[in-house]
Amino acid sequence: MSEPILRVRGLTTTFGDGALHAVRDVSFDVMPGEVLGLVGESGSGKSVTLRSLLRLLPAGGRVAGSVCWHGRDVLAMNEAELRGVRGGEISMIFQEPMTALNPVLPIRVQIEENLRAHTKLDGRGRRARARELMDLVGIPDAARRLDEFPHQFSGGMRQRAMIAIALASDPKLLLADEPTTALDVTIQDQILKLILELRDELAMSVVFVTHDLGVVSATCDRMAVMYAGRIVEEGAVADVFACPRHAYTHGLLGSVPQAGAERSMLLSIEGTPPGLARIPEGCAFNPRCDFATDICRRTRPRLAEMSPGHHAACHNAGAVAAAGSPVRRAMRDG
Amino acid sequence: MSLPAFLGRRLLQLIPTLIFILIVVFVLVRLLPGDPASAILGDRALDADVERINRELGLDRPLPVQFWAFVQSVFTGNLGNSISMKIPVTQLIWERLPITMLLTFMAALIAVVVAVPLAFVAALRRDRIADSAIRGAFQVGLSMPVFYVGLILLTVFGAKLRWFPVGGYGDGFVDQLYHLFLPAVTLALSLSAILMRNLRSAIIGVVDAEYVTFARAKGLRPRLILFRHILRNALISTLTLFGLSIGTLLGGAVITESVFAVPGAGRLMIDSIYGRDYPVVQGLTIALAVLVSLTFLLTDILQAWLDPRVTR
Repeated sequence: MSEPILRVRGLTTTFGDGALHAVRDVSFDVMPGEVLGLVGESGSGKSVTLRSLLRLLPAGGRVAGSVCWHGRDVLAMNEAELRGVRGGEISMIFQEPMTALNPVLPIRVQIEENLRAHTKLDGRGRRARARELMDLVGIPDAARRLDEFPHQFSGGMRQRAMIAIALASDPKLLLADEPTTALDVTIQDQILKLILELRDELAMSVVFVTHDLGVVSATCDRMAVMYAGRIVEEGAVADVFACPRHAYTHGLLGSVPQAGAERSMLLSIEGTPPGLARIPEGCAFNPRCDFATDICRRTRPRLAEMSPGHHAACHNAGAVAAAGSPVRRAMRDG
Repeated sequence: MSLPAFLGRRLLQLIPTLIFILIVVFVLVRLLPGDPASAILGDRALDADVERINRELGLDRPLPVQFWAFVQSVFTGNLGNSISMKIPVTQLIWERLPITMLLTFMAALIAVVVAVPLAFVAALRRDRIADSAIRGAFQVGLSMPVFYVGLILLTVFGAKLRWFPVGGYGDGFVDQLYHLFLPAVTLALSLSAILMRNLRSAIIGVVDAEYVTFARAKGLRPRLILFRHILRNALISTLTLFGLSIGTLLGGAVITESVFAVPGAGRLMIDSIYGRDYPVVQGLTIALAVLVSLTFLLTDILQAWLDPRVTR
């Protein structure tokens, strides 16, 4: 197997002088051409993890650990090196294109400033490339639309424009922070397809943050489930869906409505994720867990390999596996 | 809406504004206690003389007739003669208003030059020592009355240190700037405090905006992010406030000119009000109102240029 292009080890992100841990000891690899899904509820630390990779945190945020990109640690880079990686080698797109695009600048400026920062193209080259990018992401009438402003685009077109901006300088890794959450379902589908096409066409990898397991099964090769700032389960999407080993993943899968399955009760996970300041002793999930036993309240389980390439951090992984996957039947029938 | 259409509509809006200004000015001047005849003739005037003066000034005619005559004269550029100084009001305005405009312009410039960089420092060092110091200093500035600040500056830099003249208006442009400096600083103080506070909070709101994070994610240089992405968006609300403040600034100029004995439109206004010099008060008020309206127009144009959402 080839080498991972991104190797994250012990990523820990804190806020407020280290008092609040948003992300704790997160490690994962991203392979070339792979789509990795980071899954979790709001507040699980998935977005912060994504932003920490490029050190894009609000004031007061600190990142520790290592983010190894082509043999260099992003977390140890100086500002100039970091600027070269951001947007040039690793790009990022956001959930809300309306707020992520600058409202007072035409799309052209927002694309060309990226090209200016990362390529040696002259003015004419930048204009040509900008038009090419608009075609690439499927925005019709590129020449005219380049001079329009974000508010003149529809939601789906805005997201396409943001992707065009992010991809301007041919990045090898795209970080996507819930890029379809704010869109209509039909548009959502188009954008997911677009991202997958671009992955193939540009030979890049994608880290996809989402809370939507439907999106994960449709787009991702591997997935990592996050809870209270840690990865609790990680593996190939098919393996995790077929046989979840962590009680939280089991609960998440049970809460997804399934088309085609016979009518059954939709499961939900009781309670809410813990706040950063009061993460429970032992396994952070234990107060909400149906499988919890005594040890879960005392000792935090470590991430362990359950089957090749499938890791989970659950004391009762056996019991969870025995309970079977909530989606197994639907997957078999579908 | 295109930019020309926006400008056209904005210019059309000036017309009802101007008509309204004319009505208000006309009514307000006549609501002032006292009348011009007794102001001219003194307390012991004979009734016959008062009547004669009123007839000469047209003040014995019905109000609608007076108003119509007033409107006609305004649109023919004839604002009448000053009752006390016996010279055309337009001539007086031409002499005095430029001084006030220069003073206001200097004050606005000083306020911007002081407020913008300090707002940046305060916003980017939010809740640290620099931020607290800047906000504290401006808080003091904001809470002191204009005339008091003027008197302090006069005493210290005029009378004691003799760096600046204590009053009056020089000869030649440079000397005029020199004479107007202390009054302009006085006038600028509260405006700069208001602008600083507004811009500081606008910047704080923009710094954490997603598009700024996106700009950082694109690997842009900090300076480009600061000017293109942060400052431009933050200025939109501050610009509106700035435009609206120009009217207040002109009002402040009236007091400041009195403290520093600057022979501007503010002084002229006060003298004319005391002298019941209707034509001068009317003319000046109209001139100032037009000036303020034009400032608003200019603000809107700048706003449309800064924020494409206004016109497109």
